Amino acid sequence: MDKNHALKTGLLGLTFVLFMAALYLVFIYVPTEREMGVIQRNFYLMVPMGWLAILAFLVIFVCSILYLKSRSRSWDVIALSSAELGVLFTSLALIVGSIWARPVWGVWWTWEPRLTATLVLWLIYLAYFMVRAFAAEESRGAAFAAVVGIVGFIDVPIIGMSTTLWRGMHPPMIIFQGGIDPAMLLTLIVSIIAFTALYCLLLVQRVSMRNDEIEIARLKKTYS
Amino acid sequence: MGFWRKVLAITWKDALSEVRTREVVSSVLVFALLVIVVFNFAFGTRQEVVTAIAPGLLWVTFAFAGVLSLNRAFIPEKEQGCLEGLMVCPVSRGAIYVGKMLASLLFMLVIEAVALPIFAFLFNLPVLSLQIIVITILTTVGFVAVGTLFSALAVNTRAREMVLPILFLPIVVPIIIGAVESSGLALSGKAWADLSSWLQIIAAFNVIFLAVSFLVFPFVIEE
Repeated sequence: MDKNHALKTGLLGLTFVLFMAALYLVFIYVPTEREMGVIQRNFYLMVPMGWLAILAFLVIFVCSILYLKSRSRSWDVIALSSAELGVLFTSLALIVGSIWARPVWGVWWTWEPRLTATLVLWLIYLAYFMVRAFAAEESRGAAFAAVVGIVGFIDVPIIGMSTTLWRGMHPPMIIFQGGIDPAMLLTLIVSIIAFTALYCLLLVQRVSMRNDEIEIARLKKTYS
Repeated sequence: MGFWRKVLAITWKDALSEVRTREVVSSVLVFALLVIVVFNFAFGTRQEVVTAIAPGLLWVTFAFAGVLSLNRAFIPEKEQGCLEGLMVCPVSRGAIYVGKMLASLLFMLVIEAVALPIFAFLFNLPVLSLQIIVITILTTVGFVAVGTLFSALAVNTRAREMVLPILFLPIVVPIIIGAVESSGLALSGKAWADLSSWLQIIAAFNVIFLAVSFLVFPFVIEE
């Protein structure tokens, strides 16, 4: 218990420091992009959120396999907690994407490949929660959700490929061509690390909270 | 009995019960016809409009028909206790998956074999080409590969018919995009080479999800 508390405090401190650094870099340090102006600073929000949408699903995928193999409830608890965070960050990525698209492209929504893939990912997250909610018993719901988690994660790269091909040729990710200003790249990397630390912190908190919920439910059942 | 004889026995059982009850194929066919007619009212009959939307129309019809027929794949099994019977048989869960999958594939292909000529007839479109037939068969394999898995999952939930489309449609997005785009190219008279990248995506999807569904299916039907 004590060790867990130390971990949480440590993560909280780390996340705080990283976010302060990221805020400084995003709002003060990094130069404003010439063509898009100030709105381009959304970039340092949207990319980390999109990254967390994938990372959270990767955690679901791994925990789902381990759950089906071992039937140990702790894996399901991590997968479900990660799914909650994943759907939160996927929603935020879509919202921030819309806010960015409006001034730059003149529309709230456009069927841009990565945006489309994110939307499909969001729909798979919804399916993940729905099978759980509709299952007759909790343990079956967990197994069903694990199946959706595995199938859904494997589908993500195929969705990405097909939406990219669907929209025709588009400029490849500029980051991998070295065409990004070093200051911008630094800001982006710090921001991604800060968001990843936030994800870890929230995941640890949610898992321990859910374990407490399970414990309370068990005690209630025993003593009522 | 070897693996494939068990598989074919399950497929044969489904085909026989379908021939006797005519539950799935006939009702889904009527449904597909209705969708085509309703679309006709929604988009009008001008030939250039029809040509532009035909690939999308075709695949919306088949995707909905697929959901409808896949929903029926496990409901009679569950209601009449046949699934329990299959599970106590000395048959691996994998064989049950492949057998049910082949039966659903058979039903879907029969439905499409009737719906495609109707489509060609009503919309005056050359959809009876080799290219469209290959695209249809490939995409249908993908539909039933994930559809059989999710159908078995949905039948064990409280909401049953509601759950399948919610699971099925987002997962098959890549092959729906592939089928619509490649059908569009085929209808505008493009060569096989222009279709190849789409056909590759659909084929890759099929191989991956046949394998994944085969592996996770046992976890879906266990009691």
